Amino acid sequence: MANWIINNGFPAVMVLVWMTINTFLFVWYYLQYDRDDDFYYTRHLLGSALAWARAPAAVLNFNCMLILLPVCRNLLSLIRGSFVCCSRTMRKQLDKNLSFHKLVAYMIALMTAVHTVAHLLNLEWLNNSKLGVYGKLSTALSNLEDEGNETFLNPLQHIEADPQQKPIKFAFTSIAGLTGVVITLSLILIITSSMEVIRRSYFEVFWYIHHLFIVFFVGLVFHGYGRIVRSQFNTDDHNATFCKDRPDDWGKIPECPIPQFKGGEPMTWKWVIGPMIIYVCERVLRFIRYMQAVQYRKIVIHPSKVLELQLRKKGFKMEVGQYVFLNCPSISQLEWHPFTMTSAPEEDFFSVHIRSAGDWTDQLIDTMQKLPEGAQGPKMGVDGPFGTASEDVFDYEVSMLVGAGIGVTPFASIMKSIWYKFKECDPKLRTRKIYFYWLCRETNAFEWFADLLQVLEKEMEERNLGDFLTYKLFLTGWDQGHTDQVIVHFDEDTDVVTGLKQKTHYGRPNWDKEFDQVRKENPASVVGTFLCGPAALAKVLQKKCAKYSDVDPRKTKFYFNKENF
Amino acid sequence: MGRIEWAMWANEQALAAGLILLAGGIVGVAGQFRGWEFASYAIAAGVFVCLLEYPRSKRAKGTSVERTGQYCFTVCVKAFGPVTRNYYVRAFLHAALCVPGGFMLATVLGCVCLGIASLIYLAAAVRGEHWEPILPRKDTRKPVAESIKSPPQNPPPRPPPEIRRKQAKDVEGAAYDNPMSVTDDE
Repeated sequence: MANWIINNGFPAVMVLVWMTINTFLFVWYYLQYDRDDDFYYTRHLLGSALAWARAPAAVLNFNCMLILLPVCRNLLSLIRGSFVCCSRTMRKQLDKNLSFHKLVAYMIALMTAVHTVAHLLNLEWLNNSKLGVYGKLSTALSNLEDEGNETFLNPLQHIEADPQQKPIKFAFTSIAGLTGVVITLSLILIITSSMEVIRRSYFEVFWYIHHLFIVFFVGLVFHGYGRIVRSQFNTDDHNATFCKDRPDDWGKIPECPIPQFKGGEPMTWKWVIGPMIIYVCERVLRFIRYMQAVQYRKIVIHPSKVLELQLRKKGFKMEVGQYVFLNCPSISQLEWHPFTMTSAPEEDFFSVHIRSAGDWTDQLIDTMQKLPEGAQGPKMGVDGPFGTASEDVFDYEVSMLVGAGIGVTPFASIMKSIWYKFKECDPKLRTRKIYFYWLCRETNAFEWFADLLQVLEKEMEERNLGDFLTYKLFLTGWDQGHTDQVIVHFDEDTDVVTGLKQKTHYGRPNWDKEFDQVRKENPASVVGTFLCGPAALAKVLQKKCAKYSDVDPRKTKFYFNKENF
Repeated sequence: MGRIEWAMWANEQALAAGLILLAGGIVGVAGQFRGWEFASYAIAAGVFVCLLEYPRSKRAKGTSVERTGQYCFTVCVKAFGPVTRNYYVRAFLHAALCVPGGFMLATVLGCVCLGIASLIYLAAAVRGEHWEPILPRKDTRKPVAESIKSPPQNPPPRPPPEIRRKQAKDVEGAAYDNPMSVTDDE
């Protein structure tokens, strides 16, 4: 529970504050349009559908303002860096930006639906009023036109069409109607192309269609320019409660001059202009960073089509576990793809390991393979680094690092950094012993990591520090072929799969056994457990940490860190 | 965008269009709008489109993710054979279905969305995609090798009788103890 509060407390509070503001806006504007005298006659024509259209509009203004902010990653990095107090907790929460972006998007979709339905009702009733279907007052109000000493209330003026088609014609010929249809359509296309299935499999479609948000925002700003939501401004002279029963006398008796109406001023631009400018700055910043020169130090193609790029960029400072966005204009002008860095901050370059996982990565690997020896690669834009640094790893005397599948990537950075710090006797490093558990279905695409472990293994043996790192590889997707190989190579010193001194285990780890071993070997220590992998595994590890911890200071204590690398 | 299967996006768009058409139709009928007959058509068309589009197709490459509970819909859609398999048919069907929605404001958004879905399906059909049902996998176990079924006919090979008798004198030298007596004149 305490772990939940520490990790999720801040986002929970943020969501609560956000919902409170939404509810407040909705209720405030609903009551304003439902109770204000200025809207008495408008309400007579439209009923409560007026308030039901305006309240979501306010919520939409608020959320359209918010939606651009979580995707300004450079801005977020800036904020994250400037937090002096509670820096680590705050920094972690700013990483949940995409979840917040999606939440705001859902709210926009919901409010758009309510707003559209309310306006459908509005247009139908306005149409009927104009045709004299409703009572005398409605007809009188609808007959007011923008000429002489009158101002109109019913926006459906002079539409040449048969009665059923009038609302459609109005929708497509008025600013509000046309922009409304266009932006709702953009929103629908953005949402259908952002569904998880499409996003994970065809990122390009998702990314390009998402740029319809430009159409969305332009349309949104102009949506209110028609000023068709009318309110009465001469309520002091014309009291509706008295005059509503005497539409024939309007303008003829002193108590009831003709009611005058004006349209509500467009408000949306006031809400969204700030974030739009911020977003433009964000894109400009990304462009500037992209223009900065990036040199290739080394390009390596590992087995199983894994590309390692070692790059250098002036002024680039990274921390362990962070990621960068890469852009290669020769492959695609608009796409930026994230990759966790696999180098340590102590090195004078930064590296990424790229697996074949889609169109963009395949083309990149292809291009690199065709390069002559020692040549510089194609122009590459680098944005970043982003993400929370996983500095907690260095604080524990004993660390248990668990990497599952692709989750092993940040640990490459972490382990290299720990090794550098250990060699230089960095006082910040309190780690004396590391247990590393690597779980994967197959070692394809991770042979480079096995190479890293081999190098570390060798260096440690040279310094007689073989005990510093204990690693276990668990191959969870073994088959008969594997077994045959193992049987044949049973007596050899190194493992047949990885070439490492430690033998590969098959199947999932028995965590009870592992935790027991750690506890036995490290009495009276504080052990930090770090996971980069699936949530189900996180639950298991959390339980084991609780089970094997002991309050007694002479015994071992396990802390589970649910870091999201 | 080399590997994209347009049908996956067309499916999402068509399903959304069906829901929007349905919602617009309900508003039109419930509010007794002018032209509510078109709205009631939109309800029927929306439900039909949703039922047709709910089961996802199996992807040509990669893992297909089913929608919850789509199996019974898969069976129904599969039953229509080539009509539902072919995306040209779907493209023209959606284009035809969307037209009456354009006559009334409440359903016009559903009409446009369905029209767009129809265009994407056309693109999918031109690229040669088609609808494949996602059926539960039948685990085929490898057939057990013949040799396991029948027990061995012959006893295991043993050294010739002369050597065996020699070893009987030198009991400690004998390599193993047989659990049962072994002589070749049984």
